[in-house]
Amino acid sequence: MTTPETQAFVEFKNVWLAYNEELQAKGIYAVEDINLSVQSGEFIAIVGPSGCGKSTFMKLTTGLKHPSKGTIHVDGSPVDGPLKISGMAFQAPSLLPWRTTLDNVLLPLEIVEPHRSQFKAKRKEYEARASALLASVGLGGMENKFPWQLSGGMQQRASICRALIHEPKMLLLDEPFGALDAFTREELWCALRDLQAEKKFNVILVTHDLRESVFLADTVYVMSKGPGRFVVKRHIDLPRPRDLEVTYTPEFTDIVHELRGHIGAMRKTGATINQ
Amino acid sequence: MNKKQMERWAPWVLMTATIVLWQIVCSVFSVSEFIFPSPLRIWEQTVEHAPTIAGHAWRTYWVTMVGFGIAIVVGVLLGFLIGSSRLAYAAMYPLMTAFNALPKAAFVPILVVWFGIGVGPAVLTAFLISFFPIMVNIATGLATLEPELEDVLRVLGARRWDVLIKVGLPRSMPYFYGSLKVAITLAFVGTTVSEMTAANEGIGYLLISAGSSMQMGLAFSGLLVVGAMAMVMYELFSLVEKHTTAWAHRGSQGE
Repeated sequence: MTTPETQAFVEFKNVWLAYNEELQAKGIYAVEDINLSVQSGEFIAIVGPSGCGKSTFMKLTTGLKHPSKGTIHVDGSPVDGPLKISGMAFQAPSLLPWRTTLDNVLLPLEIVEPHRSQFKAKRKEYEARASALLASVGLGGMENKFPWQLSGGMQQRASICRALIHEPKMLLLDEPFGALDAFTREELWCALRDLQAEKKFNVILVTHDLRESVFLADTVYVMSKGPGRFVVKRHIDLPRPRDLEVTYTPEFTDIVHELRGHIGAMRKTGATINQ
Repeated sequence: MNKKQMERWAPWVLMTATIVLWQIVCSVFSVSEFIFPSPLRIWEQTVEHAPTIAGHAWRTYWVTMVGFGIAIVVGVLLGFLIGSSRLAYAAMYPLMTAFNALPKAAFVPILVVWFGIGVGPAVLTAFLISFFPIMVNIATGLATLEPELEDVLRVLGARRWDVLIKVGLPRSMPYFYGSLKVAITLAFVGTTVSEMTAANEGIGYLLISAGSSMQMGLAFSGLLVVGAMAMVMYELFSLVEKHTTAWAHRGSQGE
């Protein structure tokens, strides 16, 4: 085995995960033989059918689950517990209804060190940071609104702000735009694109939406179902900054079609494997 | 009259109508006072025995409140324990459910043996009957955390305790206040039932002694007083609920 490349930010080597020992004994793994090398600041997207282990992959990356076999390195060190340098957002915004938007965004700072112990002393500074972050996703002036007073798209923006408030090096998004209408979704693509361009954090985006993955990511991985494996790695070499217009160009559609082809083929074989 | 006003007055109108009908039935068919006293007769008896009734009512009230206070403390602690740990939930829930199914009146004779006639059995019966809904509601609020939110916080190094305090407890508050409303009415039931057999004071005792001396008007006014106390306390807690957890009742607040 070769030594880990020093410049890789996230490095998976032959990672297998079974949810418990019983399943492992039977040889049933949620994800199998994952190999991955993500550069610093790279935006990757993982697409695949539901239940293919995308969310498991996220739990592995953030250290919420330990691999049964193989090793995971993030930012140069092996992952052996929850990784504070990551922020997470999901399909459901899951904001706390008794907190204002600002207080919702501040929640991670009340928990993660070193902010936790300085929270009272530096509250003003943190509030200013949260307000700036909210403003950057178009939620300026919404600080004192409660989540239920915001639209679905606005709640999701706030949820992404909450994931970013402690300035993580890695943002993990699990189908964050899945519950939004098409127009709102495209707006949020652009918001995410701009945030990432400005702050240069790593993004791992799990999605069903091929257009979304091609528009946002530098690299798209296609995952197969049962066993969860990476079957295709596709670099997206569309120039940045990308405008929404790019989604109507032939180059863009060709890539989407190509990925669609992989998934279509997989679904056929997958159908025979899984009864 | 708009809809909102109508809603406000509806219970008073219904109550008045019921009393009027009751009075009419009693007067028209001249029902014997020993069988079913008319509202007027009950009112006369209430006024006549006002000081006695007030004494018994006060006793029932404070006994209930003590029992209810213990129920809040124990209910919250047990609910917290059950809701915060899967193991505790699995271990305790079936036993608690079985316990809740027992009629609490059946405990009174045992409590009398342990604590004698008087305050002890009444307080404990009020407690036993009312802690269960509080416990269940706290536990439910804690146990229904979204797993995603828990992941968001765990990845930041949040301990189980952080998640419970920052998310679990505030989220269970509407359940908690909701349960107080139910529990306080149950507590009055507990106290009254216990006083009926194991006390020389309180509304329960008044009911029994009025019944045995055929003072039906007085017995009914005893019922009236317990009902009124329970209703006032219920309204009080529903007011507290609305003011402390407005975020959970946004639909009815009309922004």
